[in-house]
This record gives sequence, structure tokens and C-alpha cells, in this order.
Amino acid sequence: MSDNHYDAIVVGSGISGGWAAKELTEKGLKVLLLERGRNIEHVKDYHNAHKEAWDYPHRNEPTQEMIAEYPVLKRDYPLNEATLGMWADEQANPYVEEKRFDWFRGYHLGGRSLLWGRQSYRFSPMDFEANQREGIAIDWPIRYEDLAPWYDYVERFAGISGTREGLDILPDGEFLPPIPLNCVEQEVAKRIESAFGGQRHLIHSRVANITQPKPEQNRVNCQYRNKCWLGCPYGAYFSTQSATLPAAVATGNLTLRPFSIVSQVLYDKDRQRARGVEVIDAETHDVHEYTADVVFLNASTFNTTWILMNSATDVWEGGLGSSSGELGHNVMDHHFRCGASGDVEGYLDKYYFGRRPAGFYIPRFRNVGDEQRSYVRGFGYQGAASRQGWDREIAELNIGADLKQALSQPGGWTIGMTGFGEMLPDHDNRIALNHSVRDQWGLPVLSINVELKQNEHAMRRDMVQDAIDLLEAAGVKNVKGDVGDYAPGMGIHEMGTARMGRDPTTSVLNRHNQVWDAPNVFVTDGACMTSSSCVNPSLTYMALTARAVDYAVEELKRGNLS
Amino acid sequence: MNRRELLKMIALTTGTAMIGGKSLLAFSDTGRTRHLFSSRDVERMSELAETILPRTETPGAKDAGVGEFMALFVSDCYTPSEREVFYFGLAQLEARSRAAYESDFMALSSDQRLALITELDREAKAHAQRLSRREQPTPAEALTAETQTAQNQTADTQSSLNHTDSEASLPHYFTMMKQLTLFGFFTSEVGATEVLRYEAVPGRYDGCATYQGEPAWAT
Repeated sequence: MSDNHYDAIVVGSGISGGWAAKELTEKGLKVLLLERGRNIEHVKDYHNAHKEAWDYPHRNEPTQEMIAEYPVLKRDYPLNEATLGMWADEQANPYVEEKRFDWFRGYHLGGRSLLWGRQSYRFSPMDFEANQREGIAIDWPIRYEDLAPWYDYVERFAGISGTREGLDILPDGEFLPPIPLNCVEQEVAKRIESAFGGQRHLIHSRVANITQPKPEQNRVNCQYRNKCWLGCPYGAYFSTQSATLPAAVATGNLTLRPFSIVSQVLYDKDRQRARGVEVIDAETHDVHEYTADVVFLNASTFNTTWILMNSATDVWEGGLGSSSGELGHNVMDHHFRCGASGDVEGYLDKYYFGRRPAGFYIPRFRNVGDEQRSYVRGFGYQGAASRQGWDREIAELNIGADLKQALSQPGGWTIGMTGFGEMLPDHDNRIALNHSVRDQWGLPVLSINVELKQNEHAMRRDMVQDAIDLLEAAGVKNVKGDVGDYAPGMGIHEMGTARMGRDPTTSVLNRHNQVWDAPNVFVTDGACMTSSSCVNPSLTYMALTARAVDYAVEELKRGNLS
Repeated sequence: MNRRELLKMIALTTGTAMIGGKSLLAFSDTGRTRHLFSSRDVERMSELAETILPRTETPGAKDAGVGEFMALFVSDCYTPSEREVFYFGLAQLEARSRAAYESDFMALSSDQRLALITELDREAKAHAQRLSRREQPTPAEALTAETQTAQNQTADTQSSLNHTDSEASLPHYFTMMKQLTLFGFFTSEVGATEVLRYEAVPGRYDGCATYQGEPAWAT
């Protein structure tokens, strides 16, 4: 066997790729993990992890130079001094926006597992059934019950803090103790519970920050610095580096190759199987071939589909998986930044200690049961209450010692929240290869054409009004509806483009995440999603990945993949 | 607090969004650490900042190096037209000082300086209110605009993203100065740890702690 052969190749080292590498190596396979960007070593390479606001020359604000270099990232909060260099270089990695699409990419080891929001919720049974019930897109080929044991499995390892609530709409999981609500949030939760007859709930957010140590993983519990995005020196939040990579390395079965851009899956049309992948070394531009019995594509939603589109084009013009007519289509994100905020009276003898990497969550309550709004599906809210700080308005004080004194004391309590809404899969929302624009490696770039449709626009009106109603019902004062700037992509929850299904003529993947046209190629990142739910998707990618690896290894043993 | 929240809060304080950062124009010299202002300008900015946040029993703006910070931030983070407004503002400090007191800004008595800056603050707030009335749509208006933008979107979407700062929407120069003073002071080590409170590694979270008049948390 050549030096370039492995039992399995995993493309991409983010949340799902890290899981694929861990599961495959733990099952005894020799695995090559390919990452297009640089290596980032756990703790050692978290250069800003111990910096404070005043250590940044511009106190974490972007300079004009940064803005010029990051014309996409500048559209939102991720462009800042603290995480500069943790997002893909936009000059070296162009894409074409047929319509505005904010694509925030992490091209380094660990990908966006180092830069994620860590909110971790299960899809509900309803989420897996909605497409079929409503006649939208295609049916998921699996049901909640298929994934439930795998949710259990990944939650136990990743470490999700939260509370069991017994809600159908948001299934409970294997939780560590929650990150607490503060006293104002607890009170607002009670008032919402009683104002809506127990039909709406304000609960602890469920996050992948551990509240008890995991010594077997060498991870310390959260220290409440709220600096997750700088890389956690305690390994307190789940990332490739803190959790899945060390487990994979410990097996002795992992080979990691950074600076490896996968340009295509090598397809053997006689066997109808992939035989490996072609890699362009990002630094030297040298081309290598690596072969394997099974390939997992976890390059992030759009880049996984980009690889498929650029593969087996001698057999299918549109690439591997395009025989369905759906490769690249049905892009989804979560639309958000519609919510409300207001003031909470009293509690001036209460404050908090520590900075939470979490807040509260209000699970979906629309279109549940018999309710039928003017749109389908729904949304959940994420939010928090806090006391105002120095950056508040004090109308009666202008300048001088009194202003300084007043601003050095905490202000009153405020509470705010924003909805995260489900986006329907729509065939017209799509990505495509653009051969007229090429990157420095000579590879065609992606053209993106995605927009919110009528269902999302209608939902956003409820997302604002319901937030106002919830807060007002809870006695919050001066409630203001809030509509912030949102464009597709800004949720950083890209999904779809290589969906799972029951029929090879309408889906790219089968119920085990295998490409119909190449059963030894598995896609288990966001590309595989058939619908989006309204909950943050990463936990579902983890569960789908662990499930698919289990199946892949069984199929390998049965000789069905060679 | 994330950046978006910060900007929203600062907008409340000074009646306008945090200034800096909406243009494609950039400096060509990378790794800039020096700013564009003379030492005399920095002295003016320091004095101005000290008037807004003076040293009392706790440190003030000068102790926190706010003048230097302001110079660096305007040099690196402001768009050219925002910088023009700021330069104009520095010149106005002198002009207004001469008109009212026949004196350099630096030579004003502390009472005179306080009176002048209070007047500028009043003008800046009125300017900000005019801007916000014109620029802030209601949620319903924003949602309608959002729907229309989606319908009318063309391949040439970039132009609408890079909103240029038109003359009409530029903030008052004193808004810039006050905002940078507050931001520069309370995010400095002195401001965050000696005027506010900061705990680098809290180690635990208590959401119902008793409050007995201690300083606010810096973050």
C-alpha cells in the first residue's frame, strides 16, 4: 500500500470534520484529516486569550485598513482586532455575490468550531416531519427517533449545559448543570409562564460550555470570562481543538495535514466509488493524490458542495451528486435580528458576578398544535437581561465629575432578545461554480444567489411583534421593537446544497448521508440538511456525523463500500 | 458585550452610532502605530477629555491617556470625511474659544472651558436628534424596506452595501470627541480597573448577587 493511502479521508476539521475524525479513528481506521488552512494548536496558539480590552490599540474596533481587507466581514461584528486572522482572508478567497450574501468563513484548523455561538439544541420530531406535512421541498429520510440516541451520544462527549424542560418542541438531552439565569431573567420567566398560560417558556440557553470539569478530556469548567472567541485556555467550550482532535490523536490513527485544499473527489466510474481526493498544497501549489476506502466531506456547507461540483465532471457536467438536479440548491440560513428590548424596574439591590457565555432561550411557540399563521414554521428567541454600564445615556448629565461618577455605577436593568427564524428550502436559492473568476490556485469560485422569500418576511413581522408582546406581558417598560441589518449568511448557519432524501432523483444524499452516486462518499456537515428548523444546527451535524460514521464502518466491514 | 451591543449603547449615550468604519478607503502603510496629529493637537484633546471626565478621587481622562487614544482612533478608524469633521472640530475649539473669551482653548480657565464644552455638548445633542429623527425608521418601516430591498435586488448589490457617508448624515464634531472620550476612558486599564471594576477570571457566575453601591463592571 502506498504512503498516500488511508482507510478514510476526512475533508475539513471544523465541528463535523472533527467528529468524523474522532469516530473513525476510535473505530480503528487510519484516517487522514485534511484542513485547507493553517494549524492552530490548542492553548499554545490562542495568542489573544489573556488579552484585555486595553491591550488592543483600537480597543477591538476595526481600522479602515481592516475594513478594506475584509469587505464582507466588515458588515457585522466579527471584524474586530481580537479575532483578526481567525476569519478567511477575503483577498485570497474571493466569491461572487449575485445577491448580497455574508459568508463568514474560518479557514484554519478547527474552522468555526473555534468561533461558534455554542448554542446547542436538538431538532424536534416536528422539524423532521414538517416538509412532508406541508408539501415543501422533500421529506427528510430520517425521523427524530433515528437521531435521538446520537444526540445523547454527542451531548455526553461535547458537554452541553442546560435544563430538562419536558417540552415537545425542544427535546431534552444529556445535560450538565445549566449556566444560571440572573434574578431578573428568573422573574421574567415566571411572568411569561403565567401570562401565556404555560404555552410560552423562557428557559436557560443550552450551550456547549462545560459547567463541570471533564478531566478525561483534560477540560476545565467554564471560568465565566466570556472570551470564548479568543480560544479558551481551559478548553471549557467544545471545539475541535479542545475535544474531538485530542481524542482522535490519542488513538494513534490520525494523520493531520494542514494547508491542504481538496480540489476534487477522485471518482472511479467503473466501480462507481470514490478512490480518494486530489489535494493542492495551499503554500507550494503542488498537487497530491490521497486514496482511501471512504471519504467524509466536512469542508463546511458551501465548500463541501464546491468539492462535489468540481468532482467527476467527466461523468456529470454538474459534478458528483448533480444527477439529482439539486446539488447547490436549497440554501438556507437562520434569519435573525428581529426582536425587542426594554427596561425592567427594580432589582437595584441585585447585580451579578462573572460573565456568562450564555443567556436565556425562548423556544418556538408559533405554528405549534393547531395554530396556523400566515407563514409556516417558527422561530425561537435568544436574549439576556443585564444592568446598564458606562455606555448608557444619562439625559440630565452632560459632562464633568458628576457624569463620571454616575457612569461608574451600574444603571437599571434592561432585557433584550432576538428571534432566530427557520428559512424554508427553496430551489431558487443556490450556489454555483463561477469559472470566470478564479482564486490564486486557479480554482473556480462560488457564485451565491440567495434571498429571503415571502414566508421569511411574513415571519419576521411576528418575530418583532411577539417579542414586544412577550416583554410587555412580563411587565417590561419602554419596550421597543428592533429590526437590525440582516442579509442571508449573517446567521453563519449555512445549510442545504446537498440535501438528504429518499429518492436519488430529488436528493444528493441518502438516509445515511451517502452520496447516491458514490456510496463511499459521506457528507455530514450543513450541506446535508433537508430543512433548517429554527434552532442552531451544529449539534445536529455532530449527531448526524457520529451516526454516519457508525454506519460507514459497518458497511466497510460488510464490503459494501469497496 | 459584543460589538453590536456596544455600538447600540454608545449610540444611546451620544445620540449617534459609533463613528468609524464604513468606507473602503484605507491607509496604505500597514502596521501603523503613529497617528496624524501634532503634540499640540493631542494636548487639546487631552484637555477636552479631562473636562468631560475629570480626575476626582478617582483617575480622569488624562490618567487614562485618552488624548493619545483619540488621536490614534481618528487616524486609523475614521473615514476621510469623518476625519475632516474631526479636524474641523479641533479648529472650531480654538475659534469658539477666541470668539467667547479672546483666548486660546488651552489658556481658558477651567470654568470657561466647562462653559464652552457644555455649550458644544448642547449643540451636538440637538444635531444628533435631528439626524436620528431623519434616519431611524420604525420596526414596521424597516421590515417593509427589507422586503422591498429583497425584491429589487440585482447582481450589483455591492453598491448598496458600502453606504457612503454623505455630508447630511455626518455627526457633530463634539459627538465624536465625547464618544471617544467615554469609550477611550472606560475601556482603558485605568478606567476599567480603578473607576469601574474588572475581574479577569471570575471563575463562577452568580446571577443574584447583592449590590451595595460598588462600581459597575467594566464588561
